[in-house]
Amino acid sequence: MSRVGKIARRTFLFGSLAVAGGVAFGVWRVKTPYANPLEDGLAEGAATFNPWVLVDAEKITLITPQADKGQGAAHVQAALIAEEMDLEFGQFEISFGQPDKAYWNRALAEEGAPFLASDESFMAESARGAVGGLVKLIGLQITGGSSTVPDGFDKLREAGAVARETLKAAAAQRAGVAVDRLRTEAGKVILPDGSALTYTELAAEAAGIAPVTDVTLRKPEAWRLLGKPMQRLDIVAKSTGRQVYGIDIELPGMVHAAVKVNPRQGGVLRAFDADAARQMRGVSDVFEITGGVAAIADNTWRAFQAIEAVECEWGPAPYPPEQSEHWARVAASFVDEQLDKVWRDEGDAGAAVAGDGAITAEYRAPYLAHAPLEPLNATVLVTDDKVEVWAGQQIPRQLQVIVAGITGHEAGQVVFHNQFMGGSFGHRLEFENIRQAVEIANGRRGTPVKLTYTREEDFAHDFCRPIAMARGRGVVRDGQVKAVDFSVAAPSVMASQMGRAGLPVAGPDSQIAAGAWNNAYGFEDFRMRAYRVPELAPVSSWRSVGASSGGFFFDCFLDELIHAAGADPMAERIRLMTHDPSRKVLEAVAEMSGWDGPLGDGRGRGVAFVESFGVPCAQVVEVRVVGGAIRIERVWVAADVGRLLDPVNFENLVQGGVIFGLSHAMNCEITYKDGMAEQSNFDGYEGMRIDQCPEIAVRALENGSKIRGIGEPPVPPAAPALANAIFAATGQRLREMPFSHFVDFA
Amino acid sequence: MRIVVDGVAHELDVEPDMPLLWVLRDELDIKGVKYGCGIAQCGACTVVIGGEAVKSCQMPVGDVAGEVLTINGEGAGLSTLKAVQDAWIAQQVAQCGYCQSGQIMLAAAFLAETPDPTDDEIDEAMSANLCRCGTYPRIRAAVKAAAQTLREAGQ
Repeated sequence: MSRVGKIARRTFLFGSLAVAGGVAFGVWRVKTPYANPLEDGLAEGAATFNPWVLVDAEKITLITPQADKGQGAAHVQAALIAEEMDLEFGQFEISFGQPDKAYWNRALAEEGAPFLASDESFMAESARGAVGGLVKLIGLQITGGSSTVPDGFDKLREAGAVARETLKAAAAQRAGVAVDRLRTEAGKVILPDGSALTYTELAAEAAGIAPVTDVTLRKPEAWRLLGKPMQRLDIVAKSTGRQVYGIDIELPGMVHAAVKVNPRQGGVLRAFDADAARQMRGVSDVFEITGGVAAIADNTWRAFQAIEAVECEWGPAPYPPEQSEHWARVAASFVDEQLDKVWRDEGDAGAAVAGDGAITAEYRAPYLAHAPLEPLNATVLVTDDKVEVWAGQQIPRQLQVIVAGITGHEAGQVVFHNQFMGGSFGHRLEFENIRQAVEIANGRRGTPVKLTYTREEDFAHDFCRPIAMARGRGVVRDGQVKAVDFSVAAPSVMASQMGRAGLPVAGPDSQIAAGAWNNAYGFEDFRMRAYRVPELAPVSSWRSVGASSGGFFFDCFLDELIHAAGADPMAERIRLMTHDPSRKVLEAVAEMSGWDGPLGDGRGRGVAFVESFGVPCAQVVEVRVVGGAIRIERVWVAADVGRLLDPVNFENLVQGGVIFGLSHAMNCEITYKDGMAEQSNFDGYEGMRIDQCPEIAVRALENGSKIRGIGEPPVPPAAPALANAIFAATGQRLREMPFSHFVDFA
Repeated sequence: MRIVVDGVAHELDVEPDMPLLWVLRDELDIKGVKYGCGIAQCGACTVVIGGEAVKSCQMPVGDVAGEVLTINGEGAGLSTLKAVQDAWIAQQVAQCGYCQSGQIMLAAAFLAETPDPTDDEIDEAMSANLCRCGTYPRIRAAVKAAAQTLREAGQ
């Protein structure tokens, strides 16, 4: 039982051996299903068959517990259920539901297992299963890691099928006919005589029947909704100004709060002067909170004005104040004591690259802010018997624990109303806004408080994508890349982020060198080492996490080696690739772009390949030099998700991911000066605007054996494909992001 | 102080330097108008005044001259809005959707002035606003589709 105790203390093991050791003890617990939370307080005459479906005499509600950051999670979850349940869009409502262990994420932890996604050996598969078991054991409900589709693909279709078959059983009982003579269509059970009973009519009857769990899922050829263009459930509201986000919440008697917390993140508040702020119109209170000051006013702007007027004296940051010192700490981490894990060790790379003829390079990637367009916010009402929270957040059960820890309630007394999010890119995995809003509202029980961050506060208190560096040595011979010895050093996102969330992680962090170690290239000699930089500024998951920098480092270094070998960048990548679906995405972008050697005439094409979250993704970027500046003209993308569920949303997410990757590579960085982020708004952190946006052609491939999510995988190849294209056009090799330090963009 | 929003007159007792954005959102509960940056960089707060797309976060309410048209106004006073919204729906532009109210108002004002825009004109006009999700290819397609619909309708 010692290991159960260890898990109960919320140590979440990502490391290979630790995970493998965890399999044996917990099998019985892992296999026990969690209770259906919809059965709590179920109304008379209402039926629920599993944690995702609720039917009563009035309506059908589908629970879509994975958070919607704009990636379409609510829609795809509902579509998976509706497909098997024979529901049409418009026949049901959706709800994010309440946080519950039953909504544990099966697919998330796979990326934590230290195997190539393309490795489907027994060892790799069983280790993935073990990590999944641990996630279930702690009931980790989390949206992230492009996991919503792989997590829900089977279980949500099963949920729909169980509901359908149970409703058929209810109809059979009512009509006195054999169930195999019934069929379902558009929310109704059709009887042999052609008459129909709606699901809502059957709810009361179905409530008295044990759910029919022996179901067979339909073959994809029989799908009505999935695999075809669908109109997302949120598209009309988002095109008419009617979508409600967390920032739009209004409650009777609500007051508005703004905060100013030490911009040297984690530093203390030494003193403050709020005399001027307290005199301002509409301001009812200004007071100290953890690490800073809060102002309460009768509207958002007055709260912003008041907090702006507060004079604060801040303590120092717990990390080096100057950016140059951060870089020095990273550069000093390529040493044995900081070695986190050797991820690849094939042949004898150390010996192969030891000679003078080796090609060497060093790469860098900056801190980056998430900066979702909806600033962080949270609305909280604390009363003696419960706490209600309205916000967009991606780890809802941990939210309950954190909130309860502040107010002294039980976690089960925290009611969480998850909201559609105006973007996240990882920021809404964090809890700072929640903690502060709860701290403020707990001091005025009975009054709802909406905390809205100013954009400046959102930037100052982001938890960035970490800075990282890579060093490569390689050998080319006979027109081929022969040996690669590659090292990446970065602070651990998992340690920083999960530590703040109260879910400490043991073992190596697979994200430090993600995007570099996990591509299925075969070299004669290949070593890939990850070094853990001691924590500097607090860091977090940023759309595609480690692969966002590791993919840039490794693919660009490979491009350097290929050019040194005199080989074609596309042909040599294809030759080196050992994984069939990965090779096919490269072949696809070669065909789509009409890849045929150098373009000349001030134009250049670069290709890049990065596998992340199990999705092989290849991109070709074409640039043109216009008046000395780089213009990105076209991009071709191919990605393999195993099975395509929604071609429209797929294309939109892939194009958006490419633009996200290009945007930040072009001109975005967070730098620290005097312990504070120097960039505070979109004037200093702009990204790409529409007039710089290339044409982007997208192709989905379905050769992979597992279904995968597409939220993150299009991001990592964009930066290296751009850098490689700029090299092809200009001969200038870019080894550090953002590229605007070295070239202008038109 | 009195302002007219989407055909409705409102009497206000607010500071004249309060940005129009916050008057709309917090005083008048018109929540389709969004706060993104507060410094007229992102355009999530875009409304239309006198035919011009205006970033309401930098417009003091005391300086507002003319009727304010918002995304929540059902097209009253802005003849291009319905076609633009229909195109946004048909092209499925939105991801998170948070910038799209502003993008749609910007496009509606632009097409009212420029019914037959070139690709470069679309890019130039729409580059006033920011989309963090990267929906630009679909914004382009939707603006073109709306322009065509409006021309065919003889607007």
